[in-house]
This record gives sequence, structure tokens and C-alpha cells, in this order.
Amino acid sequence: MLIKKQNSQSLTDNDVTAESVYMNRRTLLKSLGFVGASSLISQPASAFDWFGSDEKFETRALEHSKPPKFQIDETITPEQKATSYNNFYEFGADKSDPVANAQEFNVDPWSLTIDGLVEKPITLSYDDLFKRFALEERIYRLRCVEAWSMVIPWLGFELGKLIQQAKPLSSAKFVSFHTLYDPEQMPGQRNRFIGGGIDYPYVEGLRLDEATHPLTMLSVGVYGKTLPPQNGAPIRLVVPWKYGFKSIKSIVKITLTDLMPATTWNRLAPQEYGFYANVNPKVDHPRWSQARERRITSGGLLARNRIPTTMFNGYDEVSSLYSNLDLKRFY
Amino acid sequence: MFYIHLLERKNKIIAIKRKPLRFTDLQIVAIKVFIHVLAIGFVGNMLYLTITDKIAGDPVDALLHFSGIGSLHFLLLCLLVSPTAKFFKAAGLIRIRRLLGLYAFFYACLHLLSFVFFELQLEWGLILTEIVDRPFITVGFVAWLLLLSLTLTSTKGIQRRMGRRWQSLHNWIYMIAPLIVIHFYWSVKSNIFEPILYAVALTLLLWLRKDKILKLIGR
Repeated sequence: MLIKKQNSQSLTDNDVTAESVYMNRRTLLKSLGFVGASSLISQPASAFDWFGSDEKFETRALEHSKPPKFQIDETITPEQKATSYNNFYEFGADKSDPVANAQEFNVDPWSLTIDGLVEKPITLSYDDLFKRFALEERIYRLRCVEAWSMVIPWLGFELGKLIQQAKPLSSAKFVSFHTLYDPEQMPGQRNRFIGGGIDYPYVEGLRLDEATHPLTMLSVGVYGKTLPPQNGAPIRLVVPWKYGFKSIKSIVKITLTDLMPATTWNRLAPQEYGFYANVNPKVDHPRWSQARERRITSGGLLARNRIPTTMFNGYDEVSSLYSNLDLKRFY
Repeated sequence: MFYIHLLERKNKIIAIKRKPLRFTDLQIVAIKVFIHVLAIGFVGNMLYLTITDKIAGDPVDALLHFSGIGSLHFLLLCLLVSPTAKFFKAAGLIRIRRLLGLYAFFYACLHLLSFVFFELQLEWGLILTEIVDRPFITVGFVAWLLLLSLTLTSTKGIQRRMGRRWQSLHNWIYMIAPLIVIHFYWSVKSNIFEPILYAVALTLLLWLRKDKILKLIGR
């Protein structure tokens, strides 16, 4: 038997554990063991789990108009669902993670720049986000690529108005968007296991004519109040005729370019997620059908909430943008 | 350092002559009751929360994930029984194995039914084409069919009648478990960390009986 005596020079486990790992021990433990086990334990009805912060991000009411055109007659998803069932991998890959991990997210000060192929680059501060344009409420359908959908009352303004103020050069053809890169605040960016193995910062893109379409909006609020972090505070994109992953959250940079930007999910799995990602019931995801969707409102497990998915998520007015495009090839 | 520590422990463990651990009938019954209460309790609680819409997000997604992971947990526990029994020389533990296997099947049924009733909501045409056309669903369905065949032959009477064929049928568990982990891995979008953890756990459990499995494959 090998007997080894501990001498004062030899290192112990304490000495080789990086401080960052030690400081994150709870998150680490959670991701090691409780990921699966926790699904056996009853989900607490409240959105905050045991390891999350008890503090809740503070939102405030926003003044806004309600243009009748966007006050649609569909059942709105309860606020509690839309703010606790989110894909925002920067705060964890499970849909209940963002609400649990993002409550201490600091959005003020914020800086959003519009640059690239423009005459007048713009930088917006946190206060500018809410003051530069009058805010309007638009109730949009949100169709996730995972075949569920919600109906959400966004507050914001048209992206086109902001782009117009920056005066795009004639060479500008595309617009790219970047989410904040801040590993200190975003555990998913610190740790690949929490962040679901995608490369950060999250990048999305649109064609310039898509970005300036009157339906495309930058949202700074939801349900009458400022955005909670899990929904993309303080400012996010909303493109209602495209799958949800196009509507990038917590934006810090909007760049006009002449080349099609490489976008996060497209880079990760090009056969599953295209650049366009238009809602299209006729083009299936390789692993599931996109013909129908489950509309998440209220009613629980027994709700018969499966409805047909409509072309462009029902926003027919955008079809002219794609008259010359083979939508099967450019999904 | 750590490895040396492990090595020392391993040597110690080998050095100790373990006394066989015996369970009384009452103790076995108590363990079984405990398993029943846990397994049924979790399902009951989950159904209550999802039916009454007390789940924070999408109840269907929650139930699908809960039942799928639950089935995998029971299957892994099932595979843990014989190594544990050997290690502690507690042959009596084998008597809880069938119950764990049956619950793995029970949770797998709940998983399949959630998919049919709540995810696709009885669109039979789509249910059939999804099972055939989507490889990750095909894999899951094949695993369920195999679990079904093990469940149907799980009674003592059938075991006696099948004789040696019973064991070779039930050896399929070494195929079913990897299929389920593949099904899980294939179903996620990009966060493969969790399925990989289960793959590692399963590999360890299969490694403990690698001689037997290699013999089965070789045959």
C-alpha cells in the first residue's frame, strides 16, 4: 500500500481551485446534479428557484399610445408566462433560467450605437431609449421556432425611424445586431455549460428592407412597463413574422453593412436555422413539423391550444419583401 | 494528490472483508413502499401543477421533460441495483429491481402520452409521420416498444415459462438505456451538457458490467 505523508509544500485541492470556480460553486453544483433532479422535484409555482436571487428586477410603467391597428383581437398570453418562460441563453439554457438568473442585471447606464454604413452614427443612452421616440403599444403574435407561440403587448418604436435618422449610405444592404457581451453579469457567457455551448455575443441580422419595414420594432417595454431582463431589457428587437430567435435581446450595437452578417443560430446549425427564419408552415424544421403550433395562454395542460401556423405568422403585408425568393431554399 | 487518495481508499475497500448485508422482508417492503410513494407522488404533484396551470411556463413542455427525465432516472437506478447489491453483498436488493424497471416504463408511457395527447393533441396523421420521419422520435419510440416488451414479460410466471430466453430478452436493457440517452441528446437545441452528464453516468453503469456486455455482443 502506498502511504503518502502530507508535507507543507504539497498543494491541496484548495490551492488548485480557481477562485472563479469557487465563487460559482452553487451554479456549478446546480448544473452538475440538480439539472435533472430538479425536474423530479415539484416546480415551485413562483418563478424564482432556490438558487436564484430573491431580488426582483424593478420595472416601471411607461407612457404610450395604443394605435388601433395593433390592438388585435386574440387572447394575450398572461404576463406571468411571458416573463418566466424565456429563451435567453446568456442567463442559462433552460427556459426557467433567465427569470431566475437575470434579476440583478444592470441596464442603467446603457449604450446603444448605430454605426457602419451610415452618414450619422448615433449613440443612445439609457434615457434616450425611452425618450427619443414616442412609444406605442403593439400586440404581436410571437412564434418560436420550437412550435409554440404567445401573444404579447410590446411597447416600443419602429426600428426604421431610428435607421432613418442615422442616414444609411446607398451601399448599406444588411443590418446586424449585437447583444451585450458582459460575462460578469451573464453567467451563460462565462461558462459554456450554462450558456448552452453557443458563441457569444449573440448576433442577429436582417436585410435593410426587412429592418425598415413598419412592422419591425425596437421594444423597450412589455405589458405597460419597462422590459424585465429575461425579456431583453432594456431594448430588444421584435420581428413578428420571423421565428423568435431573430428578435435579439439586450442590444448594444446595430451596424449597417453591405454583406449578409453571420448570425448565431445559423452558424451553430445551418441546416436547422436559416438567415431568414420566416415563419413558414410549409417548411419543417428537420426535427419537427412547423405546420401547427401550441398557443400558450392560460388553461393548463388540458387546454386544446393547437392551432395552424400561418405564413409569415399571419403578417401578409411582408410577403412583397420575398416575391423573388425561394422560401424553401432560403428558410 | 486526489488520485493517490482515491487509490488508498480503493485499497482499503478491497482490504475490508464485507459482511453480507441482509434485508428482512419487512425492510424490502418498506423500500418498495418508499419507491411507490416517491414515484406516484411526483407524478401526482406534476399533474396537479400542470392541469391547474400553476407551472410558470408551458405545462406541456414541463410534463414532457419531467416524464422523460423521470423515466431515465428510474432506468439508471434500475441499472445501479445489481452493482450495489454486489458491492454491499446485499442480494436482497435485487428484489426492488423490477419495481424500478416498471416505473421507468410507467414514466416512459406518461412521456409518450404527453406527446400524443398534449403536444400533438391527437393529430394522428402527424403523430405517425413524426414517429417515422424524425429520427430522434423514432429512437425514443423504439426504446418505448422495447420497454413494453420487457414489461409484458416481467411477471414471475412468464419468467419461469420463458426459461433462458427470458434473460436474453431482458438483456436488451443494455440497448434501451443508450437509446434513451441518444433520444435525449438528439432532442436538445444546443445545450448538450445535460444529456452528456447522463451519458457519462450510463457509461459508468455499463462499464461495471462490461465483460457481460462484451460477451453478449460477441455472441
